[in-house]
Amino acid sequence: MMITEISILRTLLTIAGITLVVGINAVFVVWLERKVAGHMQFRLGPTEVGPFGLLQTVADGLKLLSKQIIFPSSADTPIFILAPIICLIPVFVALVPVPFSKTLQAHELDIGLLLVIALGLLNTLGILLAGWGCDNKYALLGASRAVAQILAYKIPLLLCILPVILLAGTFSLREIVVAQQESMWFAFYQPVAFFMYLIAITMETNRSPFDFAEAESELVAGFHTEYSGMMFSLFFLAEYTYMFLASAIASILFLGGWLGPILPGPIWMLLKIYFFLFLMMWFRWTFPRVRVDQMLTFGWKILLPISLLNFLITAGVMAVL
Amino acid sequence: MFESETAPTYHLETVEDNQFVLNLGPQHPGTHGVLRVVLHMDGEYILTADPVLGYGHRMQEKIAETMTYTQVLPYMARMDYLGALSYNQAWVCLIEKMCGLEVPRRAEYIRVLCVELNRIASHFLWFGAFLLDLGAFTPFLHAFADREKILDLLESVTGSRLTHCYFRFGGVGADVDDDFFAGAQAFVDHMRQHLPTYHSLVTGNVIFQERTKDVGVILPFETWGYGLSGPVLRGSGKQYDVRRSEPYSIYPELDFKIPVEQSGDCLARYLVRLREIEESLNIIEQAVAGMPDGPVRSKVPKIIKPPEGEAAMAVETPRGELMIYLVSDGTKVPYRVKYRVPSFANLSIFSHLARGQLLADVLAILGSLDMVIPEVDR
Repeated sequence: MMITEISILRTLLTIAGITLVVGINAVFVVWLERKVAGHMQFRLGPTEVGPFGLLQTVADGLKLLSKQIIFPSSADTPIFILAPIICLIPVFVALVPVPFSKTLQAHELDIGLLLVIALGLLNTLGILLAGWGCDNKYALLGASRAVAQILAYKIPLLLCILPVILLAGTFSLREIVVAQQESMWFAFYQPVAFFMYLIAITMETNRSPFDFAEAESELVAGFHTEYSGMMFSLFFLAEYTYMFLASAIASILFLGGWLGPILPGPIWMLLKIYFFLFLMMWFRWTFPRVRVDQMLTFGWKILLPISLLNFLITAGVMAVL
Repeated sequence: MFESETAPTYHLETVEDNQFVLNLGPQHPGTHGVLRVVLHMDGEYILTADPVLGYGHRMQEKIAETMTYTQVLPYMARMDYLGALSYNQAWVCLIEKMCGLEVPRRAEYIRVLCVELNRIASHFLWFGAFLLDLGAFTPFLHAFADREKILDLLESVTGSRLTHCYFRFGGVGADVDDDFFAGAQAFVDHMRQHLPTYHSLVTGNVIFQERTKDVGVILPFETWGYGLSGPVLRGSGKQYDVRRSEPYSIYPELDFKIPVEQSGDCLARYLVRLREIEESLNIIEQAVAGMPDGPVRSKVPKIIKPPEGEAAMAVETPRGELMIYLVSDGTKVPYRVKYRVPSFANLSIFSHLARGQLLADVLAILGSLDMVIPEVDR
């Protein structure tokens, strides 16, 4: 592609747009999480800062910004600094091919879904670096757990996506939604894959009941035990953005993305995304944490065979029809 | 507690490849206090777990030797701050036993009523903290909402919310009014309705069952050797409760069962505690219904001077059997006081249970033993 003024402008717009989406989403989702948690626990959640406490996250962010970043003396400093960045940047980039409506999309890619999956894997690399770099045993244990679980959920996750790709016949996220325009949402064709995918993204985003990379009661704070101030909030931002991304992909693959009556497309898209986010919050505040080996057993012995079977059946039916 | 010469010490040089030493605590969210556990680990597996005690050691036994019998009383609530009234009861019953003091029946009823409320409050806190150890945050606040009702009730009687000092030699500090009885009865009615919610939200949860079933199994023959007592003991099929086996106060007259579970795992200890809450509710109901009129304090000499000799008094605290052993030389200060605390004895089996377990299980086991660290350290 020629580097033209338009392409530079477009790039700048993309960066600005994604930053805006990520920033506003983080502020809102953290607020939502605290409200959901509060109401599940006979509390009100944040109420003081701004209307309904909406600006609480901004206040917390400012506090974190003003905090000193402490580098452990035995830390591997370059890795220590690199880890939160590696966690955050891929999620940023992965939002590029995500369409919010037929026209509202930063960049249309033929292999959008592949890009998102590939970049999603880098998150674990960031966690591993964080655990390794700060020379803390709790962090190392958390990181090793994250690495151990990645295969247990990634393969079923891909096997849940494959039937959708078979149905839509494309890797482009926009085309997948367009394919659902003519037929029903893929969640109805692929209920098993949809359900498995929900479980897998809960594992992928390190959310309770699969949050053992940062299991508070076991590992203090897991991989980000030694991080403070802005570096900690980068991890925080990465986690919530990753949840947003995973929910966006889920709604595109299974719930028809921006499709829906009356309301404009982006609104539908956001509604579906926040539906998934709410589900994840619901899981987190009602379930105990599973044990590492139980999760691995679950991933390898239940998720993987069922999703593989589901994929094979789908492929067989597709071949016959 | 002093570091003995034989205490195991680990240095990184002595650790083999692939193994490491993890200091769990003294500041760690999973230990509920200043307990330090030196874990010798191979990956996620625990090879040895050695509790290191003494961070909260306050020389309670020595302090008791320097004070009059009345002055020692407030210190009781500082050991097991969750079962403060049980400690109150142990101390006043012990002195009454030595001095041969009479206790009015109304005072005995009020004591039992308050102690059982305190027991429920303690079990609620344990319930919340245990679920927190398992990674579930919400039950903690649900349990606290109910515990709050008990604290309000006890506050109206004892004047404090945690470190109660309410019982006196020969009775209780002050009479209670009808509002308290009405409140206690209302609480019983509320809990009878609300306890099934606990079971449906937590006990039936698949993840909860998976995390607690067959985890940290204490076999029945191990229990006496380690001196276990309380729900930890009763979870292993031993029906031993001081309230029944060495009855004191008005417990022989009350109708309540001692819940026992056979499997000895974390789930059994959990179920025993939840069923104890139900039994305590029964006791409270009976105490309110049968509350006699009359004085709440008998005539007691101004200065307590037990006759020369020794005595011991055991009570059932929320955590198990507390025994206070007292040697008196006939003066107004105790000659020697020894506390046999349940948490300390229950902690002794922890190393044995932790061996070969996963880190997550070890914290579940530690949580299921219901430690109060100031009680362990004294």
